[in-house]
Amino acid sequence: MMEAIGPLLNLIIFLLLVSVGYFAGTLAEKRHYQSIQKREAAWLRIPAVSARFDEKLPQASGGEMVYGSAVISIDYFKRILAGLRIIFGGRVTAYESLIDRARREAILRMKENAGPNTDIILNVRIETSSIGNSANGGSVGSIEALAYGTAIRTSQNG
Amino acid sequence: MILTNIETIPGKTIVEHFGLVSGNTIRAKHIGKDILAGLKNIVGGELTAYTELLQEAREEAVSRMKQQAQSLGANAIVNVRFSTSSVAQGASELYAYGTAVRVE
Repeated sequence: MMEAIGPLLNLIIFLLLVSVGYFAGTLAEKRHYQSIQKREAAWLRIPAVSARFDEKLPQASGGEMVYGSAVISIDYFKRILAGLRIIFGGRVTAYESLIDRARREAILRMKENAGPNTDIILNVRIETSSIGNSANGGSVGSIEALAYGTAIRTSQNG
Repeated sequence: MILTNIETIPGKTIVEHFGLVSGNTIRAKHIGKDILAGLKNIVGGELTAYTELLQEAREEAVSRMKQQAQSLGANAIVNVRFSTSSVAQGASELYAYGTAVRVE
């Protein structure tokens, strides 16, 4: 009887972590996406382009580098899901949304750092790096997305 | 010191080039923050402590790059790039590099 309690307890803890991860993680993701969509709509008038614009910008009064970054972590449930996916192969949707969230959040923060007087953000580069290896040694636990570009202000905007 | 990641500085002309300048910093994670992040890993979401840590480290790399440019007599850095690499478990390197120039 006593020997059965150990593994059972482990199983209970595991299931608890999975369910907490599932509910809290799904809720957090939903909220984050809502916030991203809302802010993306609000910042839509400042275009962030990956082009460099070789021609001169005669009306531009100044340019300044701006950046934004975000570190987003995956929840326990999705980590298990991705672990299973790695065995069978195929599309790892759990990580797709994780990286998508981090990148979009980084772009939004870059725009927020640039401020409302910006006309355009040129030469936007996005970089992603894994800073995992924290809790579950080795797996992609969390990723950092960094977005940076040059904010251009035209003279009439100061 | 003006920084851009395009080849020019809008509204100004480059009069002198000084070549490549760079700055780096290697940061390790704080163990307490790591434990908190480990807990946060269960529910997922943003790891604010890490975002701040990396942001701070990146600013340091940029300020080292600026110092190097200043000592050369430059007043701007164009074509700035960032790069991140993990050197060891729990530590990552933030690197910033660009071309130091003098503008008028």
